[in-house]
Amino acid sequence: MIEIKDLSKVYKTNKGTVSGVDQVTLSIKEGEVFGIVGYSGAGKSSLIRCLNLLEQPTSGQIEINGTDLTKLKGRELRKARLKIGMIFQHFYLISQRTVGENIAFALKAANTPNNKITGRVNELLEMVSLSDKKDVYPAQLSGGQKQRVGIARALANDPSVLLCDEATSALDPNTTLAILRLLKKINRELNITIVLITHEMNVVKEICDRMAVMQSGRVVEEGDVYDIFSAPKTELTKEFISSVVSFDVPDSILKACTGRLIKVLFRGDVAGEGVITDTIQQFNVKGNFLHGSIEYIQDRPLGLFLMELKGQQEDINQAISYMEKRGAQVEVTTNGI
Amino acid sequence: MGFDFAHMMTLGPEILLAFGQTLYMIAISLTVAIFIGLPLGILLFVTDKGLFLENRIIKSTFGFVVNMVRSIPFIILLVALIPLTKILAGSTIGPAAASVSLSVAAIPFFARIVETSLREIDKGVIEAAVAVGATPWMIIIDVLLPEAKASIVQGVTLTIISLVAYSAMAGVVGGGGIGDLAIRFGYYRYDNTIMIVTVVILIVLVQLIQQLGDWTSKAIDKR
Repeated sequence: MIEIKDLSKVYKTNKGTVSGVDQVTLSIKEGEVFGIVGYSGAGKSSLIRCLNLLEQPTSGQIEINGTDLTKLKGRELRKARLKIGMIFQHFYLISQRTVGENIAFALKAANTPNNKITGRVNELLEMVSLSDKKDVYPAQLSGGQKQRVGIARALANDPSVLLCDEATSALDPNTTLAILRLLKKINRELNITIVLITHEMNVVKEICDRMAVMQSGRVVEEGDVYDIFSAPKTELTKEFISSVVSFDVPDSILKACTGRLIKVLFRGDVAGEGVITDTIQQFNVKGNFLHGSIEYIQDRPLGLFLMELKGQQEDINQAISYMEKRGAQVEVTTNGI
Repeated sequence: MGFDFAHMMTLGPEILLAFGQTLYMIAISLTVAIFIGLPLGILLFVTDKGLFLENRIIKSTFGFVVNMVRSIPFIILLVALIPLTKILAGSTIGPAAASVSLSVAAIPFFARIVETSLREIDKGVIEAAVAVGATPWMIIIDVLLPEAKASIVQGVTLTIISLVAYSAMAGVVGGGGIGDLAIRFGYYRYDNTIMIVTVVILIVLVQLIQQLGDWTSKAIDKR
C-alpha cells in the first residue's frame, strides 16, 4: 500500500546540513493503522510530511498504491494528494470560512460539480457528528470539534490514506479518546489506511496495529504493537512503553524486599493469575505482589506483574522455570522496570 | 491675523472645490493601487521561499522594482513622471495629472502592505490547502484573500491616509486639493483662516477614514 524506500530528508541551515529523515524504509499495509512514535526532533514529522510531499524528500521513494509520488509534479501531484487526506495538530481550518465552506473547499479541489457539494458536505458532517455546526465559524468550535472538521475535510474526496500529524496532541484526554475512536471507526468502516505520528504511546496503544519508533531520523524498532509492548528491544521503546505501563514502586518498598524480585509477563491467552497460583502451590516459595496490571492492546490482554519470591534459592529457580514452561516471560530484576 | 469667519465664507466655494479634488485624486489612485497593488502583493507573497509558487527570479525582480519606486521621494516622482502623465492624462496639470503620480507611488506601497498582511496567515492553513490538492488559484481566492481580508482592509485605510498626505504635494503640478489649498493660501500668503480650516478638514477626514477602516475590518473578521 505505502512503500517508503531509503527515504532521506536533509535540511540546509546556516550551520551546515541537518538530517531530518535518514534512510527510512517502511512498508505500510492496506487497511492498517500505523503509528510512528518518537520524541520531538526525531524526524517523525518530517517523515509524515514527506508522504504527501509537503516536504520534498532529498532522496528515496514513496510509493502509494503503486505510484511513486516523488516523481510527480504540478497537476499530477495535486491529483495524487486528493487521495491522501491529512489532519494536523492545530487543525488549520480557514478561519474566515464556515465549517461547511471549509469542507466544500476540499471538494472544489477535486472539481466536484456544484450540485453535488452540498449533499456531500452534509454526509461528511454527519459522519463526524457535526451536522448542526455547518454554518458556524471555526472560532466558535472547541478543539475536538475543529479536529472533526479537519477529519471531514480530509475525507471529502474518499482518500485511501489518512495522515495524522500529532492529531490529538492539542486535545484533552477525553477528547483525544473520542477522536481516536472516530479514527478507528473510519479505518474500519471506510477501509482507509491511517498513518499517524505521535509522542504519546497511549495513542498507539489505543488504535494502532503496527508501529515504528524513530530516533535521530532513523527507525530504531518496528513491528506489531502487541509484540513491541510485550517485548520491546531498544531502551527508547522501553522508555515510551513505561509512560503507559509504568511500574513505579516506591524505593522504600523495593529496599525492604528480601526475596528475589521478578517481573512476569503473560501474553494474550495465558491466564496469568492461574499460573502464579499453581506455582505458589506446587513449589515451596512465597509470592508477594508489588505491582501488576493487565493492559488490553488490540483487544488482547497483556499481563505484567512485579513480584517478590521468597524461599530457598533452589525452589525459586524451579518456580521460575515452571512459570516459563507455562508460557510466562520471567525477568529477574533489581529495581522494577 | 487671526481666524476670520467672513473670509472663510467667501472662500467657501474654493474650499469645496479643493475638497472635491482631494477626493477625486484619492479615488483614482486608490482604485489603481488596489487593482495593480493587490495582485502584485499576492505575487510577492506566493513566490516567496517555501510557498506554493516559489520563484526566486520573479520575487527578486518585482521586489527590486517595488523597493526602487518606494525609495524615490514623492516630490521627485511627481516631476519625473511628467512625460508619463502627459501620455496617460493628456495634460500635465490638474487633479487627473496628479493622480498618475499618486497611483504610481501608491501601487508599491499597497503591494507591500498586502504582502505583509498575507504573511500574518498561519502557514499551516496554507499547507493544509496544499495537502488537500487545491490549485494555486484556489488557494489565493479561497484561503489567502479571506484569511487576510481584515488586515488588508486596515492596509487600505493606511493607504488612503498616506494618499491624503501625498496629495498635498500635488500642487506642484497644479493638482489642487485641500493640501494644496493649505500650502498656497495658508503657507505662501500667511492666510491663517484658510490654514486652520484646511488643517481641520484634513484632521476630520483622516479620523473618519481611520474609524471607518477599523470598523469595517472588525465587522468582516470572523475570528
